[in-house]
Amino acid sequence: MPNQGNPLSRRQFLATTTCGVAAAAIGSVAMPSVLRAQGTPVKLGVLHPVTGALSYSGQQGRLGATLAIEEINAAGGIKGLGKIDAVLGDAQSTPDGGTAEVEKMNSAEVACIVGGYASNICLATTQAAARYDLPYVVDVGVADSIVTRGLKNTFRFGPGFGVISKTALANLAAINDQAGKPAKTVMIVHEDSLFGSGLAKLLNAQLPQQGFEILETIPHPTPTRDFNNVVLKIKAQSPDLVIPANYFNEYVLLARTMQQQQVKPKGIYSVLGGAASSYKFVKEFPDAARYIMDCNHWFDPRNDKAQALKKKVESKDQFFTYEVYMNYSCVYLIADALERAASVDRAKLTAALASSTFSGHLMPYGPTRFVNGQNEGAAPVNTQVLDNDIKVVLPSAFANAKPVFPRPA
Amino acid sequence: MLSPTILIPAVLNGLLIGAIYALVALGLTLIYGVLHIINFAHGALLSAALFAAFFAFRLLGLDPYVAVVLLAPLFFALGYGLQRFIIGPASHGDERNMLLVTLGIAVIIENTLLYAFHADTRTIDVPYAFRTIDIGSTFLAVSRVVGFVAAFAVALALWLIMTFTDTGRAIRAVAKEKLGAELAGIDVAHVYAVTFGLGTACVAIAACLLIPSYYVNPTVGDAFVLVAFTIVVLGGMGSVPGALIGALLIGVAESLSGLFLGESLGQIGIFLIFIAVLLVRPNGLFGARA
Repeated sequence: MPNQGNPLSRRQFLATTTCGVAAAAIGSVAMPSVLRAQGTPVKLGVLHPVTGALSYSGQQGRLGATLAIEEINAAGGIKGLGKIDAVLGDAQSTPDGGTAEVEKMNSAEVACIVGGYASNICLATTQAAARYDLPYVVDVGVADSIVTRGLKNTFRFGPGFGVISKTALANLAAINDQAGKPAKTVMIVHEDSLFGSGLAKLLNAQLPQQGFEILETIPHPTPTRDFNNVVLKIKAQSPDLVIPANYFNEYVLLARTMQQQQVKPKGIYSVLGGAASSYKFVKEFPDAARYIMDCNHWFDPRNDKAQALKKKVESKDQFFTYEVYMNYSCVYLIADALERAASVDRAKLTAALASSTFSGHLMPYGPTRFVNGQNEGAAPVNTQVLDNDIKVVLPSAFANAKPVFPRPA
Repeated sequence: MLSPTILIPAVLNGLLIGAIYALVALGLTLIYGVLHIINFAHGALLSAALFAAFFAFRLLGLDPYVAVVLLAPLFFALGYGLQRFIIGPASHGDERNMLLVTLGIAVIIENTLLYAFHADTRTIDVPYAFRTIDIGSTFLAVSRVVGFVAAFAVALALWLIMTFTDTGRAIRAVAKEKLGAELAGIDVAHVYAVTFGLGTACVAIAACLLIPSYYVNPTVGDAFVLVAFTIVVLGGMGSVPGALIGALLIGVAESLSGLFLGESLGQIGIFLIFIAVLLVRPNGLFGARA
């Protein structure tokens, strides 16, 4: 009977908790991954962070990928190769978790992997897949370094930081100029992993060139339990613009706290704002979301297939978030490459992806054209929350509303 | 940055978030501090309680502050059952086994929640969600102020139970000398289960007070548990006032270190205080001599 009559000593505590933490770590690594189907002709690795801090985005990404796979299979599969067998993986919101899944997927002999979602996960998983010359299509991860390391296996369908920040800044300057330049000062609030930090670095370099003064750049971890201090700093410096760059939960908490503390800058202009272009956020917190602008991934509103998918997703009681249609498009991109390669051979599939001109996706990108793994046609759009809906405000070719800036009092 | 207009609200915010930590830590100090069960399921139970509060609001229309009347007894029963019928029999009195069993329960609860409700983050929109109290330089969220007051009320109630009731005496007797307590006629298995139940009921109360200003997903509880363990050791294991004061101290330390070192390094303040206090008082602020 251990410790009878004695309180637990600190030494015992350290011994037992160390044991527990180790057990927890082993548990999390050894936890069986989700559903694994076996034995069909084309195995496709579908890798997302479906547990942990990024689990909502990961689940949405998985939803998009599996919906595309279901549709392709319902239509008879890939011509000449048969149906797709999804090998689902959980990156557990960490690069290590993602790498472990790549190893498993390689052992399961998948033809290709799609997903990753977060930049830091994609950076690790593409590297791991490169060791096996395993083709990898990044769904979202925006850090430019994902496609600048010379990895022949890595393809990114969406735009990277460089293009996004350039577009975001050009559009911000255009919106500000159009309104008579009311915004001069900026504060950036960003999450501190590769995504947020990389973006903040780019913004810090480029915003002054556009005539904006950056008052402060505030990093925060994911998850963050409380944003009151961040909002206090914003309140004290009273910037004209607040630029958040973080994931969904933190974005919502920040916007709610700003509303609660009655901090109302002339505009909230997000660059890849985790919730700014989210129907869920707009529906649940319409007051906090109103007038928020965002430069983000967005589907082509004129695309009938995109509208049909939106209805389908909403009929499942899910929100039509960018993770859904990015992954959906990526799976169709891979299916097209597989059909042209007419083989699951990794080298042939890599070559087919590299020469892809696929245009049957849902994004406002035009035909796919990979240069060093980056789809050169990919570009973000600017959205704004207006009338409890998300409207495209730029580029004008896709716009269905005009930007409202500065925010009305 | 040293301006009182920032410093004072930062300290107040620290106290308010500390009160939320206190509510989570109060349950843990009973389970972990008194019974020495390293309860890794505490975070998962908090997630489960947050889901319960969420669905009580969505399905039954119960305001979280009303739902506490329903959920606290429900989670007491859940905690009682877990200890009486699962943790106790499965661990055979060995603390290492208890640790692993609670870890197993945590995995089961989190994955059950994930399976049932998916990873979707959910929030509730109560009428007072954005209501604040204006204190000049800052606005304090009403929901956080309610949490602050409730933390003191729960701490007081627990202290009264532990000090003046037969149940409290039995818990303390079992904690101090299990065999002796058994010889004196105390049903040790029942006392363990009651204590675990009380700790779990505290988690339910914490969930009801947290949800108006926070969100729920299957792993949300994890964010609070490491801090809660730190508070329990800092305050002195098993000490109810220790958990409360420790939590407020940790809340302020986290808030100020977040302010001065940046939010990313906010946790440094927690562990600097933790190490400093344990160097001076190895048994924690209110801990008894080992």
